[in-house]
Amino acid sequence: MLATKTIMEQGIHVEGINFFTGFCVEGHTHAIRDKEKAKAKRNNSLWVAEQLGIKLHIIDVIDDYKNVLINPKHGYGAYMNPCLDCKIFMVNKAKQWIAENGFDFIITGEVIGQRPMSQRKATLPIVARESGADDLLVRPLCAKNLPPTLPEREGWIDREKLHAITGRSRKPQMEMAEGFGFSDYAQPAGGCCFLTDKNYSAKLVDMWQAHGHKDYQLDDVMLLKVGRHIRPAAHFKLIVARDEGEGRFLQGYKKDFISLFSRSHAGPLVLLDGNPSAEDLYLAASITARYGQGRYMDQVEIMIKGKEDFERMILVKPFAAEDQLQEWYI
Amino acid sequence: MSRETLNARRLLCPLPVIRTQDKVKQLMPGDQLEVIGTDPGLMQDIPTWCRINGHKVLELGSDGHDYIVVLEVGALKQ
Repeated sequence: MLATKTIMEQGIHVEGINFFTGFCVEGHTHAIRDKEKAKAKRNNSLWVAEQLGIKLHIIDVIDDYKNVLINPKHGYGAYMNPCLDCKIFMVNKAKQWIAENGFDFIITGEVIGQRPMSQRKATLPIVARESGADDLLVRPLCAKNLPPTLPEREGWIDREKLHAITGRSRKPQMEMAEGFGFSDYAQPAGGCCFLTDKNYSAKLVDMWQAHGHKDYQLDDVMLLKVGRHIRPAAHFKLIVARDEGEGRFLQGYKKDFISLFSRSHAGPLVLLDGNPSAEDLYLAASITARYGQGRYMDQVEIMIKGKEDFERMILVKPFAAEDQLQEWYI
Repeated sequence: MSRETLNARRLLCPLPVIRTQDKVKQLMPGDQLEVIGTDPGLMQDIPTWCRINGHKVLELGSDGHDYIVVLEVGALKQ
């Protein structure tokens, strides 16, 4: 937002690009969970574009992104976040986009030292070089701490009006925002990617191990964002809806999985991913009963529906081994 | 002028916006597009996207199950 405004102040036409990898946080969690209902459901990139009065192009890079996540040349961050490779990938995509759409250069909001992995002094040149953008990549917020880029050398933009921010503090940006008259802006300090989340990353790794390969479909990674994930055995796991919102969302996947729910008591929808035996199905039904209002009853009726027309009702005792259940949480 | 329907059910934002954006590229100014989805986020995101890109929202509502936005493609097509 600040980088864009800085360049727009020089009378330059700017349009925004937002890449959707499948792991973006905003929107999804807001849309699914009941407890998130009170929060605004705005998409921050659209909101920012509207505040700035610029066009925004949202680009689906889900398929191309797989290779970045599966084979990151520069490795992962604290969890499964391939931040440096991700940035290189996105700047490369932006370079292709500007060539196809008649734009002259790329700007990003990067600041030297802002982030521990992808925004260090040593890594900023790597992004420029390995993306192929080279000196068509301008970082208006810290440009004065970097060598002049082509747009600066050619006088397309005035280097003197760019900035020299460094470090992790957001204070200079907040002061700049105030100067521009921005009273509301997206909260800084990351958190916009599920791959930086410890629990999500654990579920992703578990899925890869269970599938025996790292390839994935969008639905696979979407489902990792929803519900409690419980793996009682290597060959199957359960996804238990945590509230009505998640239950509604999981309803859309019933045809693709074995599903379980209580018929005698209120309770969550549960999806089973894997190939269970009859014994496994009984255990899954027992765990399903544990999360419903019949958890303290002697017996609960659980309906089990298969991917096709198969359905069966069984009576189970709700699962009571809490310590065991905790161990099975992914 | 034509009217087309986009099924965005089961998609979570921003995917309904992306599909809308891609569909609008194939339409002409004045054409109408009905977007039907299950993510309540589209009720905010698609009107914002329309304002940014010069399209007009004609209808915005829900039938209790799906969320529906009808838009008219503007002259400033992406």
